[in-house]
Amino acid sequence: MLQQAFDGLVSGAFYALLALGLAVIFGMLGVVNFAHGAFYMLGAFGAYVVLDDWGVSFWIALPVVPVALGVVGVVVERVLIRRLAALDPLYNFLLTFGLALILQDLVKREYGVQSQPYPRPSALSGSVDLGLFTYPAYRVFVLGVALVACLAVWYVLSRTRAGMIVRAATERPELTRALGIDVGRWVTPVFGAGVALAGLAGVLAAPMRAVNPLMGSDLIIAVFAVVVIGGLGSIFGSVVSGFAVGVLTALTDFYVPSLSQTLVFILMVVVLLWRPAGLFGREEGIA
Amino acid sequence: MIIRMLATRPLLLAVGLLVALALPWVIYPPVAMDMICWALFAVAVDILLGFTGLLSFGHAAFWGTSAYAAGLIATHSGLPFPVAVLGGALAAAALAVPIGWLSVRRTGIYFAMVTLAFAQLVYFVANQWRGVTGGENGLQGIPRGFFGVDLSDPFFFYYAGLPIVLLGLWSAWRVVRSPFGRVLVAVRDNPARARALGYPVERYKLLAFVLSAALSGLAGGLFAIGHGFVSLQDVYWTTSGQAVMMVVLGGIGTLWGGVIGAGLIVELNDYLATAGFEQIGIVTGSVFVITVLVFRRGIWGTAALLTTRRRRDRTETASPAPAGAEADAGAEAEADEKENGEPVTA
Repeated sequence: MLQQAFDGLVSGAFYALLALGLAVIFGMLGVVNFAHGAFYMLGAFGAYVVLDDWGVSFWIALPVVPVALGVVGVVVERVLIRRLAALDPLYNFLLTFGLALILQDLVKREYGVQSQPYPRPSALSGSVDLGLFTYPAYRVFVLGVALVACLAVWYVLSRTRAGMIVRAATERPELTRALGIDVGRWVTPVFGAGVALAGLAGVLAAPMRAVNPLMGSDLIIAVFAVVVIGGLGSIFGSVVSGFAVGVLTALTDFYVPSLSQTLVFILMVVVLLWRPAGLFGREEGIA
Repeated sequence: MIIRMLATRPLLLAVGLLVALALPWVIYPPVAMDMICWALFAVAVDILLGFTGLLSFGHAAFWGTSAYAAGLIATHSGLPFPVAVLGGALAAAALAVPIGWLSVRRTGIYFAMVTLAFAQLVYFVANQWRGVTGGENGLQGIPRGFFGVDLSDPFFFYYAGLPIVLLGLWSAWRVVRSPFGRVLVAVRDNPARARALGYPVERYKLLAFVLSAALSGLAGGLFAIGHGFVSLQDVYWTTSGQAVMMVVLGGIGTLWGGVIGAGLIVELNDYLATAGFEQIGIVTGSVFVITVLVFRRGIWGTAALLTTRRRRDRTETASPAPAGAEADAGAEAEADEKENGEPVTA
């Protein structure tokens, strides 16, 4: 049971990383990035390809692939997203949906639909004794990296000057501009950072989940539900609800397996009935 | 000039009907069947997206639910297929009541995500409820009963199914041209004012949602009978996305644009599939991205804009036109332009 809960925390770590990236992007750009799942998938494939083609180890891929994807995100924002920035955000939602289709099928064309093997890094192949039970070391590592990433995002946003500008630009873009800050300049790096977070989740997923072109497409819908539960745009809410949904899903899988896949959506319905803006969302400006 | 305008509509209608009747002579009949089913589906989605300002990304739930329901009715009762399709549409409408009731509390991007999540819920239920839906195998061998008439030839089945689609399209047209439809447009353009005028905005949205779901169900049920099987793909979110793509390509808020978009995308899919190109998403996704980036009015919307512009130019050059008529025409052209311009509103 405790082990189940721990499994839930690990899968919650993926939800949290993806939801966090979505929340950061939504906060700054007002765009829900449908291609987020595809970027997660690209993260996993990126790790697989650099290992397979050049023998680049997991430890190098872990920082390099997310940064590379962040650069891809910067290009996508500059070339595509920016053009629709002045319009209804639904257009960018549609744009990223088309982008997700393209990315997914491009990878499918190159590698087929079967899953690619990715070995667990040897340093993390064993188990750790957590006192109450032993647990695969790699999963503990995933949890640790996700927590560090979430804390880092929190730190940057709340304790640095850059974060202060981003928060100000998110809340009151006009006023921030009036203070002499070029808000448009900050949009691109924020989008890139959100995509990099998806890429990080993807690299972390490679050794423990099946690396295949469709791995992002199911996950992204569940992450949308996670984000709705937490409150779209709420960074804290997305992380908390990511971990909470992970744990609750794992426990449900233990007791009522048939419900586990639908639980996240049922939770979403309950939250919608009870607090339509999400657990940590603010009613103002959304509805 | 007004006469010319009145004359173009029956002309378009006649051309449309002629194309619909000639389709299975020109195109492989099962593909023609797919086209008209998707056309009705796209038009149903446009009732919400174009005329109510709500982007549903979960209409596969209604298309698919109706497909399963129609398939089950046809298989287990042996009733004529139109009854099964109608039963499917009713099932879709029934499902749309709770989903719509919860979803219309949100607008814009939230609405899209919530409907998407609901559709995924339906997908997982269909996946796990193996006793009824067949799980990953789906439903197979669905009969096409019709009072003992042999409809196994797809060519003849097309003509048996066409009246259902035409009925659906006609209902959609009636809905958006009715006073109810005008209120929907008011809700889309200015919900606060519609509310202030005393319209129960949420109830109108819910009604539009249920109507749109019922028409999607009509299309999905017929699609299932036409193919003789239902698969999980029919409730998967890519199906919802495909319908939205058709609407955007054809033109949001143009109603008939969806028909054009459906025809083109089904044809494109079929062409790529026969050419052995399996990763269709690369092409359809690119078409979609380009449409969203540079061609947001869609095909029908652009055509409508060009014709109203030309019409206005003509009135301006024809000097002896009565002042009143000209002003009217100008106003209508402006209104049309506004309607077809950037109709998605949050």
